[in-house]
Amino acid sequence: MADLTAVLASTHHPFYLKATTDHSEQRMPHADEWQRKVEAYRETLTAARPDVLIMVGADHFHQFFLDNYPTFLIGKQEKYDATFYNEEREFGIPKYVLDGDMELSNYMHQGLLDAGFDFSFSHELKIDHSIICPIITVRPDADLPIVPIYTNIFAPPMPSPKRFWDLGRAIRGIIDAYPSDKKIAAIGTGHLSLELGGPRMFGDHGPDPEFDARAIEWLSTGNIDSVLENVTHESMASAGNATHGFMDLILMMGIAGPREADYVDQLDLFHTREMFMTWYPNKTEALAAAAASAAESSGASLGPVYAAKDGVSA
Amino acid sequence: MSKYYVNKFLYSIDRDPEWVARYKDDPAGTIDAWEKECGTWLNSAEKTTWLSFTAEERHALETYDYEWLFAYGAHFFLYLTLFIGLFDEDWAREQGPLSYQREWARRLEPWTHKDYPSVAL
Repeated sequence: MADLTAVLASTHHPFYLKATTDHSEQRMPHADEWQRKVEAYRETLTAARPDVLIMVGADHFHQFFLDNYPTFLIGKQEKYDATFYNEEREFGIPKYVLDGDMELSNYMHQGLLDAGFDFSFSHELKIDHSIICPIITVRPDADLPIVPIYTNIFAPPMPSPKRFWDLGRAIRGIIDAYPSDKKIAAIGTGHLSLELGGPRMFGDHGPDPEFDARAIEWLSTGNIDSVLENVTHESMASAGNATHGFMDLILMMGIAGPREADYVDQLDLFHTREMFMTWYPNKTEALAAAAASAAESSGASLGPVYAAKDGVSA
Repeated sequence: MSKYYVNKFLYSIDRDPEWVARYKDDPAGTIDAWEKECGTWLNSAEKTTWLSFTAEERHALETYDYEWLFAYGAHFFLYLTLFIGLFDEDWAREQGPLSYQREWARRLEPWTHKDYPSVAL
């Protein structure tokens, strides 16, 4: 059976590449720390030695629009083009061509149908920054085949937070049953509190630091009960109008299962708080050592991070 | 009225550099041209016969009026990315990085602590 060697859940910030390759006088003050944390986080994936990446993201009205917007979709291709014109324009993200894994895409798709998730599918999917951002941050050589899974965190009405958790659990079951000796890593990105186009965007911090601290606690402790008690479409909207991307992080926790994370890091930036979390479902001494080594550089925690009573991370 | 049609305009302009340039140079003329060439088409062969703008929708798009679009419930991602593409560089050059975005946030401050208009259709 396949070996799920790592599950990564992080925020995606499309300006990471631009910010950390800017060596002009305008280089943002956080850029060095941001780069150090991302490069340390990358080590938590590298140590897991994956052969293939299952990648969870969401199309930001690049390929899909309101004439036909899929709730859940899987890509089924040998190759994937990536990065749209307006992402190059706004974020400076380059184009990529990524390999696919048709065998795993097909197996995953059938498994999801069998589990009651009636997925849409595409044989001409172009990947956007929700998947390219983590390629840039944790696998910049872009040398591994991917199986892309898209969710709707963007165009209401959206599925419930519980549905995202259940989908993560179903994906985990399919990975565990996959008859292969491959090492698989699952990587998904989303957001903590986020505001786009509203009064709380582009502030000195994310729009709701208290939500962010609680969210990191929920995820890093594997506490799905608290997530389901506290996270609704309404509560996410009150934390910031684009906070619904948090549901993809719930999905990733579903793949990992209700257990503590093995690597938890964060960075308070202007506009957002960034989060970098890794679970090792079958933790070995080598993986634990890699996470410890990465944490020495980044200052990450090697276990749960709890919100203080006032909501700010302890 | 058609919030969908407003979103379709923003979506199809933003993804095409030629439309972006035309919209910046001549918003009213570009809206007319877009309706004929793109807005009323489902694909290159099939027409969509029933979509049109109200006067208010057309005016908001002609004036890049994000305050109106926010209150109307157009999808924030569409006009944020498009208008940043149109105006960010000019504003940054004249008033510093992120000045366009921060002025936008400031002008929407009356919405803070209120329920925002839904982007659902």
